[in-house]
Amino acid sequence: MTPFTYHRAVDVDEALRLGTAPGVAFLGGGTNLVDLLRENVAHHAQLVDVSGLPATIEETEGGGLMIGAAVRNTALAEHRAVRTRYPMLARAILAGASAQIRNMATVGGNLLQRTRCTYFYDTEGSRCNKRAPGSGCDAREGFNRIHAVLGASEACVATHPSDMCVALAALDAVVHVSGPGGVRQIAFADFHRLPGATPEQDTTLGHDELIVAVELPPPGLAVNSTYRKVRDRASYAFALVSVAAALEMDGDRIADVRIALGGVAHKPWRATKAENALRGMQAGEQAFLDAAAAEFADAQLLRDNAFKPALAGRALAAVLQALAQGETA
Amino acid sequence: MSLIVNGSEVSAPADPRTSLLDYLREELHLTGSKKGCNQGACGACTVLVDGERVLSCLTLAVQVQGRAVTTIEGLADADGLHPLQAAFIEHDGFQCGYCTPGQICSAIGMAAELARGLPSHVSADLSADAMLTREEIQERMSGNLCRCGAHNGIVDAIHATLAAEMPA
Repeated sequence: MTPFTYHRAVDVDEALRLGTAPGVAFLGGGTNLVDLLRENVAHHAQLVDVSGLPATIEETEGGGLMIGAAVRNTALAEHRAVRTRYPMLARAILAGASAQIRNMATVGGNLLQRTRCTYFYDTEGSRCNKRAPGSGCDAREGFNRIHAVLGASEACVATHPSDMCVALAALDAVVHVSGPGGVRQIAFADFHRLPGATPEQDTTLGHDELIVAVELPPPGLAVNSTYRKVRDRASYAFALVSVAAALEMDGDRIADVRIALGGVAHKPWRATKAENALRGMQAGEQAFLDAAAAEFADAQLLRDNAFKPALAGRALAAVLQALAQGETA
Repeated sequence: MSLIVNGSEVSAPADPRTSLLDYLREELHLTGSKKGCNQGACGACTVLVDGERVLSCLTLAVQVQGRAVTTIEGLADADGLHPLQAAFIEHDGFQCGYCTPGQICSAIGMAAELARGLPSHVSADLSADAMLTREEIQERMSGNLCRCGAHNGIVDAIHATLAAEMPA
């Protein structure tokens, strides 16, 4: 592990002053960054601990929630308003990692998780454009069962590992960031990037910026929402595919719908094609499967991950069927 | 700055790279907390920080300055056992014992989460009080692996202990 110094920031101003110099990284719960440092995937000269910055969850005037970046994952899933008004968010968090890790992990840090691609972690033996730009990608022709089928590039086929972020994508959350120019807001859909030719950049956050909060808009149809995760074992594993969905019915027709998918792309994947295919349609399994097929029409399959479109489609259909019948809480 | 470990104030390590786990084991010689995977995948290093269960392998010791850490060594006095320790013996909640300190610290943190109503992935109703069922215990303890396969005994031990403390 590269030697580093450690400083605990007392407020956002101090964090920005210290944390935006070259070689410095912000530290939240550390559940990902400490591992990356130990594995020599990440190298930093200084860590600025921002886990002591404001960690409040407050109602906004518009009827939404403002979630401090230092709020722990457990605290967010436990919050009464999240459980009752944004159940997909509570369920996504509770499906992620383990209780110990959820107690440590912060909301801001969750957004900045790095991929769990094994080639990204293998500093000794593998090429990875995300870890070492220009070195190549050994996942594309390697063991790629967990890799992306949508929006990938020649340079990178990694997936984003977060469950929470899939729900935030479906909820149209807004990321509030502070930087030298003040505060700005980034729509959640614009926060994470597709890899293109620069997979080393996971997000559109500037190196001189700090996430200070995540804002949820008023829940709307999210009160009838849920999250389903499909993985290799029943608990404590990353998603092969996952679905966050909210549904509002008008009789037997779909008045409105929100869908985001995890495990299929370099970013939490907002399934706008599926949403557009479903609005105004009669609810039913075939309609749901057809919508999923529309979303995956452009899928680029690798040697080991060709199962993902079908698996995600069936997961999506099952989730929407349950939501249409009011079977989730 | 210092931290509190099992009730005693100790100085934080000089090198900030030191994990809480290595600090406990190598500097304080509290070797009850175990190093299994050292990457957050097994739970053998689970300790309590201000009563909440965390992974000491993914925590830098400097991060918990000013906070209270409890390890397996801090649960019982010299003459007795913590009720969960006794229950693990009673219900064969281990074979080799390597994961046991982490299992027991984790179960103590889990009991507090359950008591305050935190739902889990398997809770059918997010708004209802959390239930003390085998399925809930299995899910809530999924961050602690046991390579001997003593999970059924572990769940029995936790269920018996918590059922004695709170109604199911």
